[in-house]
Amino acid sequence: MLVKPKKNFLQRFYLVEVIKGLGITMRNLLFAPSVTIQYPEERRKYSERFRGMHYIKATNGVENCTACMLCPTVCPAECIHIEAGERPDKEKYPVKFEIDVLRCCFCGMCEEACPKDAIKLSTIYEMSQTTRQVYEKDFLLEQRGNK
Amino acid sequence: MFEPNLYFWLTIAKFAVIMTIILSVAPVMAWVERRGSALLQNRLGPNRIGPFGLFQSICDAIKFMFKEDPVPGHVSKFYYSLAPVVSLVPAFMTFAVIPFASSIEIDGRIFSFQLANLNVGILYIFSIASLGVYGIIMAGWSSNNKYALLGGLRSSSQMISYELSLGLSVIGIVMAFSSVHLNDIVAGQGEAIRQLGPWALPEWLPIPKWGVLIQPIGFIVFLTAIFAETNRLPFDLPEGESEIIAGYHLEYGSMKFSLFMMAEYTNMFVASSLITTLYFGGWHGLHWVLNLVPVEGLAREWTRIVLEMAAFFLKVGFFMWFFVWVRWTLPRFRYDQVMDLGWKVMLPLSLGNIFITALAVYYGWM
Repeated sequence: MLVKPKKNFLQRFYLVEVIKGLGITMRNLLFAPSVTIQYPEERRKYSERFRGMHYIKATNGVENCTACMLCPTVCPAECIHIEAGERPDKEKYPVKFEIDVLRCCFCGMCEEACPKDAIKLSTIYEMSQTTRQVYEKDFLLEQRGNK
Repeated sequence: MFEPNLYFWLTIAKFAVIMTIILSVAPVMAWVERRGSALLQNRLGPNRIGPFGLFQSICDAIKFMFKEDPVPGHVSKFYYSLAPVVSLVPAFMTFAVIPFASSIEIDGRIFSFQLANLNVGILYIFSIASLGVYGIIMAGWSSNNKYALLGGLRSSSQMISYELSLGLSVIGIVMAFSSVHLNDIVAGQGEAIRQLGPWALPEWLPIPKWGVLIQPIGFIVFLTAIFAETNRLPFDLPEGESEIIAGYHLEYGSMKFSLFMMAEYTNMFVASSLITTLYFGGWHGLHWVLNLVPVEGLAREWTRIVLEMAAFFLKVGFFMWFFVWVRWTLPRFRYDQVMDLGWKVMLPLSLGNIFITALAVYYGWM
């Protein structure tokens, strides 16, 4: 229901209200601090749980991933592609680990599903590219966070 | 045989200075508007180029000049190209009669600080100012676009409605100073008010006879009408960003668009000078400084002129800022509200003002 607030004569006369409004804007100009973040110099501080660019955690230079295929299974966007292989010591490892970041919806379910703490989402959010990039394994192995 | 004397060169210099001021109003005001609006809204605004972002306007101008200037296929080409010029030229012409300082005697001739000393003053301003709407209507019509046409229509009806109360509100001033000559009006405002209604004020009370003090109703009507005339918020219906995209200049790009912007800011400048001249004492206000500086003779005269110009442009600057300030404070009116205000409030108010002024003049209260 549309409720029209009752206005007294001064409010309907409008001129007084205009002057009050001018006062409010001038108060904002003089006293209110600016909320602008000057981007390249200042950056917004996001939470530690922010889900940004992916990386694969490595221990002693070897990736934690054992190519168990849980993350491509749980991925709702089906953007993770893993080809498994075997190391000389019979350890399973991903020969190929690709994330099609254009399809990724950054839900973080891969991170939750991973039993080896391997795939992680960092706090990096500047991910724009001039090409349609698929994140290769070498790219993902850069350690981008401390999760 | 023509021999250029000091008077001749001063006249040339006067033209040059005035043209420079008018041309540089647009870039400076573009910066003021962007920074001002940002600060009013708790933002920063353009601050990267030059000190405080002052050179942003130069970059904008360069961008406007080097941008491609496409002419849409569906427009009426002649009028489409003519419209920006038609809206800009009247804005420039109006300033010609506004006195920005009093006169000085050079080589036995009176040198007045005003481009054209017309005896029809105010009438000239109104006749030229009403030409400005043609540019907007031309732009709206020749663009062959529904939104542009709507913008042109709105501006024509709005301008006509408000020009009525604009003209009528100034009648009060004309009656009070019994002249349409802008120099006489400004000179009249230098005197002190001796009469408050039927009561005489004491001699020692230095209240200047500024238009705003003897014509308060007229001033409010004039101020509102001039906002509508310059198409500034809260009366920017011809542009109406959220309703008709950009209104009359929807189909324009690059330098043609920037000519419309220049016309808007120049109109603002002329409007501010008009408010200053008619209601805020023109170049009066800083004469008391003259007693503080120890100069004599011709130097004293020139100091007086400089002070008068400073007073005038300070007042104009305040009103320019006032235009920006109001723009970012008040929301746009609905169209029927604009028409209601124009015809049902402003017109009766200005007529009533004329009546009261006539009574006051008849009984010698003014």
